[in-house]
Amino acid sequence: MFGRLSWAAIPFDVPVVMIAAGSVGFIIFCVLALVTVKGWWPYLWREWITSVDHKRIGVMYIFLALLMLVRGFSDAMLMRSQLALAAGHAQGYLPPEHYDQIFSAHGTIMIFFVAMPFVVGLMNFVLPLQLGVRDVAFPVLNSVSFWLTAAGVLLVNVSLVVGEFARTGWLAYPPLSEIAYSPGVGVDYYLWSLQISGLGTLLSGINLLTTILKLRAPGMGYRQMPVFCWTALASNLLIVASFPILTATFAMLLLDRYCGFHFFTNELGGNPMMYVNLIWCWGHPEVYILILPAFGVFSEVVATFSGKPLFGRRSMIMATMVICVLSFLVWLHHFFTMGAGADVNAFFGIATMIIAVPTGVKIFNWLFTLYGGRVRFTVPVLWTIGFMVTFVIGGMTGVLMAIPPADFVLHNSLFLIAHFHNVAIGGVVFGVMAGISYWFPKAFGFTLNERLGKAVFWCWFFGFYLAFMPLYVLGLMGATRRMQHYSNTHWQPLMLVALAGAVLILLGIALTVVQIAVSIRQRERNRDLTGDPWNGRTLEWSIPSPPPAWNFSLLPQVDRPDAFWAMKQQRGIAQDRILKRTYQMIQVPRNNPTGFLLAFFAVLLGFSLIWRIWWGAGLGLLGAIVVCLMQAWRTDGETEVPAEKVAAYELLHGPKESPV
Amino acid sequence: MSAAEQTLAIDSEVPLSLAGPAPKRVVAGYGFWLFLLSDIIIFAALFAAYAVLSGESAGGPTAADLFDKRHVLIETACLLASSVTCGFGSLAVQSGDRNSTYFWMAITFILGVTFLSLEVSEFSHMLSIGAGPSRSAFLSAFFALVGTHGLHVTLGLCWLVVMLLQVATLGFQPMVSRRFFCFGLFWHALDIVWIGVFTIVYLGAHL
Amino acid sequence: MHASPDRMSAQAARTRSVSARLRVISITSATMLMASCSEGVLDPHGPVGKAERVILYDSTAIMLAVIVPVIVLTLVFAWWFRARNRQARYRPDWEYSGRIEMIIWSIPALVVLFLGGIAWTGSHDLEPSVPLKETTAPLDIEVVSLDWRWLFIYPHEGIASLNRLVVPAGVPLRFRLTSTTVMNSFFVPQLGSQIYAMPNMVTQLNLKADEPGTFEGLSAMFSGDGFSDMRFDLVATEPEAFKDWVNATKAQGGVLDARTFEELSKPAKADGVQTYAQVSESLFDRISSGSTATVSPQRGQ
Repeated sequence: MFGRLSWAAIPFDVPVVMIAAGSVGFIIFCVLALVTVKGWWPYLWREWITSVDHKRIGVMYIFLALLMLVRGFSDAMLMRSQLALAAGHAQGYLPPEHYDQIFSAHGTIMIFFVAMPFVVGLMNFVLPLQLGVRDVAFPVLNSVSFWLTAAGVLLVNVSLVVGEFARTGWLAYPPLSEIAYSPGVGVDYYLWSLQISGLGTLLSGINLLTTILKLRAPGMGYRQMPVFCWTALASNLLIVASFPILTATFAMLLLDRYCGFHFFTNELGGNPMMYVNLIWCWGHPEVYILILPAFGVFSEVVATFSGKPLFGRRSMIMATMVICVLSFLVWLHHFFTMGAGADVNAFFGIATMIIAVPTGVKIFNWLFTLYGGRVRFTVPVLWTIGFMVTFVIGGMTGVLMAIPPADFVLHNSLFLIAHFHNVAIGGVVFGVMAGISYWFPKAFGFTLNERLGKAVFWCWFFGFYLAFMPLYVLGLMGATRRMQHYSNTHWQPLMLVALAGAVLILLGIALTVVQIAVSIRQRERNRDLTGDPWNGRTLEWSIPSPPPAWNFSLLPQVDRPDAFWAMKQQRGIAQDRILKRTYQMIQVPRNNPTGFLLAFFAVLLGFSLIWRIWWGAGLGLLGAIVVCLMQAWRTDGETEVPAEKVAAYELLHGPKESPV
Repeated sequence: MSAAEQTLAIDSEVPLSLAGPAPKRVVAGYGFWLFLLSDIIIFAALFAAYAVLSGESAGGPTAADLFDKRHVLIETACLLASSVTCGFGSLAVQSGDRNSTYFWMAITFILGVTFLSLEVSEFSHMLSIGAGPSRSAFLSAFFALVGTHGLHVTLGLCWLVVMLLQVATLGFQPMVSRRFFCFGLFWHALDIVWIGVFTIVYLGAHL
Repeated sequence: MHASPDRMSAQAARTRSVSARLRVISITSATMLMASCSEGVLDPHGPVGKAERVILYDSTAIMLAVIVPVIVLTLVFAWWFRARNRQARYRPDWEYSGRIEMIIWSIPALVVLFLGGIAWTGSHDLEPSVPLKETTAPLDIEVVSLDWRWLFIYPHEGIASLNRLVVPAGVPLRFRLTSTTVMNSFFVPQLGSQIYAMPNMVTQLNLKADEPGTFEGLSAMFSGDGFSDMRFDLVATEPEAFKDWVNATKAQGGVLDARTFEELSKPAKADGVQTYAQVSESLFDRISSGSTATVSPQRGQ
């Protein structure tokens, strides 16, 4: 009746899990109760859950990512404390069966449910505003993408309490992930939650790509587009080109596990090495999907807070597109030690190094943007400088491991772990934090508390170095990754330093929560009344904070990069031009529950498939089809905002002397 | 002339990239093209797997043992013909002719169903002689690749039925017209993928 | 935008503390680095590991020559061109310089050119499957990774050893590796390169221990619950002592045939060393071609 699901699936005998689940359950209950008592459900449903506004969806992505950062970081704290204890004969407090799930969940959550939603959320919020248009190409699809990601989040977290998670590492290599060696539901949770959220990501990539290529303000050609939009273009190209490979590869593994196929099995001709190749054909572009928008954020921040245009704009754009293309030619560097031979290894090693050239060019361009500027040390700038200093170290260790014989002794060691956390934290996390503090006032109408923001930065900065520099050393000492315990007791001091670093980062995360709370309390003091708190250069700063649903009451006419800066220089002329233009009726997409409902049925489908509850899966599929059909017949997708209402809004909120 | 073409005609001096946000019809088609390209990459991965595993028959039936050229030829003829009829149907949609639309799309549907039933009969025959996907890696790759194409055809046929219902209930509004355009793209793309399947899997078996 | 009166002194203090902290960091890291020099990858005892260490040092030095100035320049520029510093020249329209463009493309390109050369020659010289250029006759060893132990078969001596690898120092070692179940990676950090051990496949590795000693070995690819215990010692002895060990093993120890191998294949964590006086003919070949009947490897909860 319920497939493999039974009460035995809940680990009542594991205190850590029960306490964690109990606390989270309690918190969720309190939040839901509060919302109900305060009568906030109609507001939440209308303004957020069924919203198809890219600004709202972007904020929800980032909120989701912050939540999952806490979850993924808890896994990290468990790992660090276990390793600080489990030296010599000590076994620590997490047996292998649990530790294996923890590091698998940590990686999966951080990449798919923290980094991706952070980056996609920023792109979602910012792109239409920088492009000078009213929304993304497909607003309803945008909502679907977000809610499918949330569905994946839900499934991964349910695995903590009902059943187990994968015990294979975050990429689930076969044969270990095949049914023979992972007979439980863990790998199924992994595969289905990623297939569902992967579909959301792919749709988002198509959406944003169409937006950048087909929806831009009049006069904004490719040469006039902000650099963040260029990096988003490259990132979304990578999403559309690489996520299908992930979908196909996971589908093959699912066919192996569910239907007895032999793609990657040990018998009847299966080939596990093919999985390794396919998954990294996706995996390498994935890391560039994450880092390129972060690079875009830094470009915007450095230019704005130096008070000068980005240095070498054209070569920045060229470097971005070169990175985009090259990222497809390097995947084998993730498994030099699989025995491909000298020629193949050397080719991929050299290709990997070549990517360092455009990346290095970018660093120099940011450097020379600072040169000759008037640099204001705001929180986004701190993150940027922290990035420039930290990322180059990670890049160096990456190029080091791109030399195959060097990789032969460093592959899968803690040196590798230190390298990718170096670029992921120093690059992606720092970039997202910079982006959040930079665009927060645009989203909410008030700036974040600066002092707390700086404290958060310093905690992350020093926490990162404390946590990961010891890992470089440990890797050189021969320590491998995914160890649950180790016998060399003189590794323990380094593990303790790493734990201290993790605690410092934990403080940083806690301070972020405090910062948001304090900033909300102090919002009147920090109101952004002009829409342009930073003396910005790009179009998003030309509209009120927060913007109206339609973004721009009049679509801006653009003729050069840094369009808003140009408008500010030509204040008088622009104002004349504006007075001659009249407001017109604007069509705004209506709220739509399709995304939320599809995700609901996706969770039902996924959960049922995991536990082999076939009738539940059928129900989920049917529900999804019905929701799609209902959407197909929806003819009132848009509502009209009359010209008078737009004019009235502009009178009230529009800056008096702003050119737009 | 559609609204989109009218706007473009007025501003023919301004390059497209500077003309501001594109009209809905263009945006919808473009986005769907991107989706199709991503779908083709899924097929590319399946083709790659097939290429790697095509020799791994683990002592069981091989490609040369199993594939009947005549059977495949009829399937191919059905699918290619259905693309032609789909093309006529698209013309009917563009000119707003309900009866022609029903006629040509119905023939498309019938040809598609014929293709599917031929494929299903091939699969069930293979299953009955012990040449199912769990027999060997080669057969796994075959069933996944050809089966995924068949699944897309099935989804396409369901979509076609929905589209015909939309015409019946909503008429040829821009939304319906846009969706028919996307359906046409989808159907023709499936043809292109089938040419790949036909060449690499079925013709490749006898090389 | 919201300037505070004592911003400049606050920033000055912050920069001082930054440079103080940077000093602390660099001293600590130098110490930690030196600590790592006495074991692991930076303390090789074989020609492969030594060559790889040279590559590590040289490449790091070349890259540090670029990134240290970049880091210093970043901090210097940011500090000098801070908004409050009116001595710095504000150039709001300076956004391009052909000369600088040429330099910033050339520097990474040159570094990559150089390191690319190292990558090419290094990949070929240190290719794991290529035998070492030595005049001494190599010793053949066949490695099988089990769940979760290492089995070492000496095909010419006709013996085998579980969880300990005894080899003669100064003799090139020619490894052929496979796995019974899932992927593992055979790695002795102090001798050099690792290589994956995969089911139904044979990979090759060539190493040598220059002098006698005991070196830690491990699996560098996660393979399941018993992974952390999947360690072994590589004991390099004098060639004479090695011969004695071989003879002693032949004299006492069990038989490794299909049946005992089946027992070994059952999932179990590493629990001590064992030796085998006799090994079935071409056992390794049968394992690596997947034709030994390995016990159903169901790893229940």
